[in-house]
Amino acid sequence: MAYSDKLIEHYENPRNMGSLDKNAEDVGTGLVGAPACGDVMKLQLKINDDGIIEDAKFKTFGCGSAIASSSLVTEMVKGKSIDFAEGIKNTMIAEELALPPVKIHCSVLAEDAIKAAIADYRKKQADRAAAPSE
Amino acid sequence: MKLPIYLDTHATTPLDPRVLDEMLPYLTQHFGNAASRNHSFGWTANEAVERAREQVAALIGADPKEIIFTSGATESDNLGIIGAARFNAKKGKHIITSKLEHKAVLDSCHALESEGFEITFLDSDPDGLVKPEQVEAAIRPDTVLCAIMMANNEIGTINPIAEIGAVCRRHNVIFHVDAVQALGRVAIDVAAMNVDLMAISAHKMYGPKGIGALYVRRGRPRIRIEPLIHGGGHERGLRSGTLPVHQIVGLGAAAKYALEALTNGENDRIKALRDRLWEGLSKNLDHLYINGSWEHRLPNNLNCSFAYVEGEALMMGIKAIACSSGSACTSASLEPSYVLRALGVDVELAHTSMRFGVGRFNTEEEIDFAIELITEKVRWLRQMSPLYELVQEGVDLKSIQWAAH
Repeated sequence: MAYSDKLIEHYENPRNMGSLDKNAEDVGTGLVGAPACGDVMKLQLKINDDGIIEDAKFKTFGCGSAIASSSLVTEMVKGKSIDFAEGIKNTMIAEELALPPVKIHCSVLAEDAIKAAIADYRKKQADRAAAPSE
Repeated sequence: MKLPIYLDTHATTPLDPRVLDEMLPYLTQHFGNAASRNHSFGWTANEAVERAREQVAALIGADPKEIIFTSGATESDNLGIIGAARFNAKKGKHIITSKLEHKAVLDSCHALESEGFEITFLDSDPDGLVKPEQVEAAIRPDTVLCAIMMANNEIGTINPIAEIGAVCRRHNVIFHVDAVQALGRVAIDVAAMNVDLMAISAHKMYGPKGIGALYVRRGRPRIRIEPLIHGGGHERGLRSGTLPVHQIVGLGAAAKYALEALTNGENDRIKALRDRLWEGLSKNLDHLYINGSWEHRLPNNLNCSFAYVEGEALMMGIKAIACSSGSACTSASLEPSYVLRALGVDVELAHTSMRFGVGRFNTEEEIDFAIELITEKVRWLRQMSPLYELVQEGVDLKSIQWAAH
């Protein structure tokens, strides 16, 4: 597969690879994809009370473009607001990495991972608000 | 040691320099047309062609008259299967093959479906082998042909060809065997194995690309086929077209050295390198799975899954090694290997499969380098793998509700 230099660079030097504490209240975790389809992405966002993404980490099982897509989105969202992160479209990722047409689904998966991580964070916040105070 | 290291001998093999030396004069001074009967240029070319025919026949225990030169194994599979099916269509229109066959066989069979043939695609056992009992059970009164490969091009498993041949002969079914991967790696005797048609390629046994052969039995029973390519009546009318003499000389020379490889220790040396590769990897890494029978396997083949590491991602990491993966991401279709799925390998593991093919020119130093590099990259990619992390935490991946996409 002919990949862009940028994609290869992300594969070889992935940014923000690792894990955050998935039980922490300020961490939202998105786990998307399926092993049977050959790609699974885990994206974690640490979000402060002002709605700013303080940290982002990823782990990905998948091909080079899946790894590069997830690495790229951690870079894109870090230090940004939830609103900005929610506005990220897969086409932005696909363009940035010049994904070949058969690899577009990797960028879709990365977009889904952001949405899933934010949804998880929001659910945690809602649960906390609903919980009876001690 | 020169990089990259070539470990993909199921795809193709390098041309043996000795084979090239034998070919070259037939591109320059001996350029005659083997069909020219009235001058020495033609005679010299024809002698070379007939010598090559003997060398190919010797490799598989055939008579030289039973060898038809073709452009390669794809053409040989087409000619054997379609040619025999069409010639014998009056006897019946049922064909038996297996789901693990090469595409040249599968698609030849599919092409015949449009001519009213019915095809039975046999499953393999979990070891990747087709059993003679399966073939026997599938035979019907209208079965005319059975096509089963000798050794699989992905997992290197070796089918019980002699036993399947006996079944076919007993039921008067023509037996076509694609032997491409087995040539020079497994002793072949078409008479003892009751093979009627056999597809042969030069470039998987250190010969040139673009040349192959089809063995067509002439003894009892005599196998009749219809040609697919019409013209000047070359090759007893079964395959017209001016013979590419230099290529045929290359096929013959490759066959000569392939026959030697069966007895001169070459295969033992290759098997020792293959075993060294597997032992090194399995000592360094956990969660490795061999795909297909280990016992009934070509000496040069290693096909294993590195669980939780996607195949294409691994190949990107080990660019210094030329090998191959059954992962979907290495194919245009985004479907993982149909061979692995046919033998029941979990689709998850199919995505993580790698195929290595050791060859005549590999060294221990190269294998040790490969072990180190693969180990390093698998460890790195597993660190990056959410699946490996979940497994380390004790989570059963099958218990997770994954969203297929």
